[in-house]
Formats: sequence, C-alpha cells, structure tokens
Amino acid sequence: MDTSLEIKGIQDGLLVTLPNGEWLEARQNLLTSVREQADFFRGARLALQLHDRTLNAAELGSLRGDLAEQDVSLYAILSTSEPTQAAAADLGMAVDLTREKSLEDDYEIPLTTDLTGEEAVLINRTLRSGHSIRHPGHVIVVGDVNPGAEIIAGGNIIIWGRLRGLVHAGAAGNDQSVVCALDLSPTQLRIAGQITVSPSRKGRPKPEIARIREGQLVAEEWVGKRKK
Amino acid sequence: MSAKIITITSGKGGVGKTTATANLGAALASQGYRVVCIDADIGLRNLDVVMGLENRIVYDLVDVVEGRCKLRQAMIRDKRIENLYLIPAAQTRDKTSVSPQDMVRICEELREEFDWVVIDSPAGIERGFRNAIAPADIIIIITNPEISAVRDADRIIGLVEAEEKDPGRLIVNRVKPEMVRRGDMLATEDILDVLGIDLIGVVPEDDAIIVSTNQGIPAVLDEKSSAGKAYRNIALRLDGQDVPFDDLADKDGFFGRISRMVKSGGDT
Repeated sequence: MDTSLEIKGIQDGLLVTLPNGEWLEARQNLLTSVREQADFFRGARLALQLHDRTLNAAELGSLRGDLAEQDVSLYAILSTSEPTQAAAADLGMAVDLTREKSLEDDYEIPLTTDLTGEEAVLINRTLRSGHSIRHPGHVIVVGDVNPGAEIIAGGNIIIWGRLRGLVHAGAAGNDQSVVCALDLSPTQLRIAGQITVSPSRKGRPKPEIARIREGQLVAEEWVGKRKK
Repeated sequence: MSAKIITITSGKGGVGKTTATANLGAALASQGYRVVCIDADIGLRNLDVVMGLENRIVYDLVDVVEGRCKLRQAMIRDKRIENLYLIPAAQTRDKTSVSPQDMVRICEELREEFDWVVIDSPAGIERGFRNAIAPADIIIIITNPEISAVRDADRIIGLVEAEEKDPGRLIVNRVKPEMVRRGDMLATEDILDVLGIDLIGVVPEDDAIIVSTNQGIPAVLDEKSSAGKAYRNIALRLDGQDVPFDDLADKDGFFGRISRMVKSGGDT
C-alpha cells in the first residue's frame, strides 16, 4: 500500500497528488497527513491532482469541508475525467492551474529554457528574534537568521548569511531537502522528520550543507555539486 | 523650540532603562536644554525614585490622561538641575490606563515647551512598550553584554522596525572591560554583529550607580563616576557632537594590548 503523498509548491499554494487506490483510503490518507503536519498545512491553499478518478460533487464537497476544518482550503481539482471536472466546476473550484493572462504578458519576450526550476521565496533581509517564515517551497534568505527566528519550508532552506535560529526544511516530509548556510550554527535544525542541534563551533565559519545521508542528519562542507 | 522625543526601551527588564532616562535627562538639562522625563511604566514606577522626586508627586500621567489635572500640574520640577522636569507614572493603576494615542497627544503638547522629552519604557513587548514608542522620534535600545539581554533586544528591534520606526541607536550598559578582555563577557562588536544598529554609547559597570539610585542623585552629577561620564558623552552625541568611543568593551582595546605586552615581557 503506497501511502506517500506527492506535494509540490506551486504559485498559488500546494499541489497534492494522491496515490492510486480506493478513494476512501486515499482520502483518509490525505486528511491524516494534513492533521499530522498541521503546522505545515495550516492556512494553505490546496490543488488536488486526481488523474482519472471519477468523483461526484458530494464527494468533492465533503472532502473540501473536511479540509476546511483543518484550515486548508481546496481550491482546484485536476482530473482527466470529465464528470469530475464538471463536479468541481459546480462547486466553484478551478479545474486547471493556469492563471489569467494579463495584457502585459503578450508583450513580454519569452524566456526560453530547457531547464525547469522550482519555486522559491527570496527574503532580502536579516530575520530577527521572533520572526517566523512559513513557505511550501524553497526559502532563500540574503541576510542572517538570528536566534529566536524560525523558517519552516516544504523545500530547501538556503541562507546567504549566518544561520543561528531554527530551521525546518522538507517540513512536509521531503527527506531530500537540504539546509545551506555560510555559517551553519542553528539552535535547532530539522529536515523532514529528523532533528539535531548544532555542536559548538570554533574557528572561522565555513559554508556548509546539511542533509540526510543514509538515514543520518549530517553537515558537510560545501564543495560544489560533484557526485560523491 | 520643537522637542525631540526619545524613548528608551530594551525588552528585557533590569538592564538600565530607568537609570539611562534619569541620567540622560539630567545630562541634557545640564547642557542648558529644557528637558522633561516621562515614566511610562504604569504600575511599577521607578523613575521618580531614581531622580529623587518621589516625595513630591501629587498628580501623575494617568491623572493627565483621565483629565483630572492639567499637564503642567503633573510636572515636577527638579530642584537641583535647572530646566529638568518629571511626569511620573501612576503606581496604583496599570498599563491599560494609557493608550498609544494618549502618549502621542501628550507629547505633541510638550513639543512646544521643551527641547527634549525622554520617555522611560517598561520592560516587555505589550501595551506599555507600545505606549512608550508611539510618540518617539528617536528610539534608544539599551542592552547588557549578556546573551539573554541581546536576544530580547533583537526582538524589540524587530518590533520597532515593524512599526516602521527607525530602529534607533544602541547603548551597551554594565560592561566590565576586564571580563571582555578575558573573553568571559560579550564584546561590543559581538553584540553589534547580531543587532546591526548604530551604537550611541557604552556604559561601564559602576558601583556609583547603586549609590546614586538609592540617594536619588543621577550619576552624571558625580565627576568621579565612570558611568556618569559615559552618560554625559551619550548626551553630547545626541546633541550632534562627535565624541569618540572608549575601547572599554572591545576585545582588543588599548589596555588589552598593553596588558598583553607586559605579560609577554615587552615584545608584541
């Protein structure tokens, strides 16, 4: 039984793909994940990828209601099944992820690239004690993260400065997420379900990357993207 | 004349806000300015005690806010220092008795008559703090060279910035130079590293402060007090004068180098 949820950060919120299987089971799976990771999901907007599942308005509406109780708003249903799309539209939900094109878009020179990137939010300041950032995608800070500040991200956390606060990367369960900093000295560092505290440091700080390697949370000096 | 309004705040309690308010008020008045100090710590008032004026309180800030007296009636004139006044806090009420708008209104009234208004903020981040910073033109953050004080100062600076006020200037208070030199106490540069605001003064630990608090005579009036001298310098800097900082709280100050030279037998 594949119980893993695929979660991606998108422009307007989170895109969740349910695994195959019985609707009731998959649905319960989703609600359990939301409840267990309440900190991450609270206040989030959700788009659900259903592939070719056929669901009616009552089923979609009931899911939307249950998610609303957890402070998650279901705003879009992606499905290749026409009845499902119709049901979603009846409930006032979007059936695709495209945004309204503005007039300006027509005059933009298209940026063509063969590489796909992932969504990140850039914070161009130092985070002081008491500041809290939550984001489903990646978070990049140009500045320090002071003790008492916290960042909770679904993706990676990159600090171009000193990390001295609390960070949680891969907060939705992605254990491939990493934390990078020019000075990695967090009060507490978490990746997915693992947690560690920083050992006392001596000497000049070096840029480091923290990741889960063979089940263990480790910090390594940054030596580029050579495969080891 | 249009007064400049300074609020002295810290987050953490006991770091020296009241002492700083009393001493900066006294120092500015000694320079010839008309100064009024306001105690915004409703319910836990101390500024009157530290200034030696508690026996002469008839009306207080809450009486003014609630209309029981005119602003002038609540002002206590200091008999030793010309042109220095105090508006004390109430002791039998709490911080909900005054609002940020009240503070702004009262300070606008004071602007015409005075050159400086110095407001003593209470500790914390709630109503009392918000009352105290509402009317401020200049905010002075005061901290001790000690991790928990710096942590609270960082929080306070974040809140001040969030109110879209200029984050202000820093006083590092109760510094012990020898401990800094040994590496047992945070140096000024370590503190500035975290807080990232401009320094306006470094005040050494000084027993004269204890005596001056108990006697109600601000230390700036004591020629022999090192803290008093530091506060006089801060007042000069507020006045726009460029007074260089002593290297008291630097890891590698002049005295540090001299003492290392002596220990190593003269070669550096």
